[in-house]
Amino acid sequence: MAGRFGIHGGQYIPETLMNAVLELEEAYERYKNDPEFDRELTALLNDYAGRPSRLYFAEKMTEDLGGAKIYLKREDLNHTGAHKINNVLGQALLAKKMGKTRLIAETGAGQHGVATATAAALFGMECVVFMGEEDTKRQALNVYRMRLLGAQVVPVTTGTATLKDAVSEAMREWTRRIADTHYCLGSVMGPHPFPTIVRDFQAVISKEIKEQLQEKEGRLPDAILACVGGGSNAIGSFYHFINDPTVRLIGCEAAGRGVDTFETAATIATGKLGIFHGMKSYFCQDEFGQIAPVYSISAGLDYPGVGPEHAWLHDTGRAEYVPVTDDEAVNAFEYLARTEGIIPAIESAHAVAHAMKLAPTMGRDKLLVITVSGRGDKDCAAIARYRGEDLHE
Amino acid sequence: MNKISTAFQNGKAFIPFLTCGDPDLETTENCIRAMVEAGADLIELGIPFSDPTAEGPVIQEANLRALTGGVTTDKVFDFVRKLRRDVTAPLVFMTYANVVFSYGAERFIGTCGELGVDGLILPDLPFEEKGEFADVCRRHGVALISMIAPTSENRVARIAREAEGFIYLVSSLGVTGVRSEIKTDLASIVKVIREKTDLPVAVGFGISTPDQAKKMASLSDGAIVGSAIVKLLAQYGKDAPAVVGAYVKEMKAAVREA
Repeated sequence: MAGRFGIHGGQYIPETLMNAVLELEEAYERYKNDPEFDRELTALLNDYAGRPSRLYFAEKMTEDLGGAKIYLKREDLNHTGAHKINNVLGQALLAKKMGKTRLIAETGAGQHGVATATAAALFGMECVVFMGEEDTKRQALNVYRMRLLGAQVVPVTTGTATLKDAVSEAMREWTRRIADTHYCLGSVMGPHPFPTIVRDFQAVISKEIKEQLQEKEGRLPDAILACVGGGSNAIGSFYHFINDPTVRLIGCEAAGRGVDTFETAATIATGKLGIFHGMKSYFCQDEFGQIAPVYSISAGLDYPGVGPEHAWLHDTGRAEYVPVTDDEAVNAFEYLARTEGIIPAIESAHAVAHAMKLAPTMGRDKLLVITVSGRGDKDCAAIARYRGEDLHE
Repeated sequence: MNKISTAFQNGKAFIPFLTCGDPDLETTENCIRAMVEAGADLIELGIPFSDPTAEGPVIQEANLRALTGGVTTDKVFDFVRKLRRDVTAPLVFMTYANVVFSYGAERFIGTCGELGVDGLILPDLPFEEKGEFADVCRRHGVALISMIAPTSENRVARIAREAEGFIYLVSSLGVTGVRSEIKTDLASIVKVIREKTDLPVAVGFGISTPDQAKKMASLSDGAIVGSAIVKLLAQYGKDAPAVVGAYVKEMKAAVREA
């Protein structure tokens, strides 16, 4: 069946949107192997976004933890400060080829919104970004960046006023206006073909890791760690290693205040199978299928579901998913800043936190790669407040 | 024979919608009785969902009021069981796929069949995905209602051919909610539908005035109204049944003229 990953995925959306996603699928099938499209996208990724991103040997962290040799995949060094730009440039180019003149997007932490606003500015397209009102407060700087780039930011006040509500509102907007509008979805979620399109555009991360590590170490890594909300940087980091069974693929979910509390966003640890936001996958929900109000310090991981391909990688056991609490992530945020002089996004700090536990249990001859999906400047004020400092942007 | 067809035997049908438990189940019951009394031909009962992605603000808020009031799927089933002792009008449930899926499709749809719920509308279940629910529905005599939208184009014939109960024709782009004007060329969509099926076609989304209802019913077999009724519930709360009854009476009179 179209767009299935095992039992997960599918196209659970209103009939009004069906032809739009079918048209998108058709356009993607046409352009994905088109040499001209590939040439244009590669030029944008290299010359505009700054790819390939560095694979950096974190020597001090490696020494300090005393185990596996740690490499950081520096997606934080991309233009706009996160991996989100990889997908956005691909989708914006596709939208342009499809004759669309307007991009809409959801955003949690604001990184995908900023990336979409950036691409819209570059391509001369109109841009509207939906962002939970709660997140507009947590990530005020990113709201300003989007406006500076010419986008309209719509604060979403429904539900929990976070990422899931921003996705719902973007979907509603797309049903209102389809002809000139492309919904630039930011993660490997939603109805088919989005999980596949976003994965393919993010797969450049694992393609580069493989080449760069081959050059530096002459071999495959033993483990790759990435944070998982919807799961786009994680699937991008895993993709080209899925068929290399010796490589452990580890997704780090946001446990918030802990998986034994209600204030968590760890979907694979606490969710169950369901249908929401266009896909069948795992969701945090109550016994009657009402979607749970999830929580994480990280606005980008504060989502009650997970992409269908991750759900499938979990089912098959090919990837492992571990919960990481707010406290652990904040400690890792500070640790990476002090140890390596790199301030990671609080989202990425979830992967760093698990690496801090895992690396010491691995031999010194082992190789561990952490994808630093974004930079942490946007989080400084929130982390200061978490530590009790009265700092406001 | 599914009871839905009887809803279209008194001339053009008027189909009101409300969310179960908005603001409480007692008010829902009183509204249903008032609507039946006022001439409603089929009643669409919403089972609330936390994140109703196909709804505009009015019905989103109704879902929230109902869930805040403590309504669950089990409570809705108990409510309908009691209601069915004397209310015989055709009833269909409108909810989201996860409400059915999480309850278990067999258990949910089996209960619908047992309670005499005649149909099921799931706005996030398009043609491509209906398989896992459609077979269960057929086995329990519950019609899985298909929706057709202004953007369906080449899909209209295929959807109509496999439709059951009635066809829910979405009047215009966007989510549910009152519209000042509906400009879609519905006549040409209805024409394609008629070539493929004998099932009745009812138009919904955006209808609030008697004139709109009359116009939509003249192009089809009936009009569906949700947000306009839910607005009355938001405004009048427990006192809504009398106002809703009067509104339904006026709307039924309008579609009768179509």
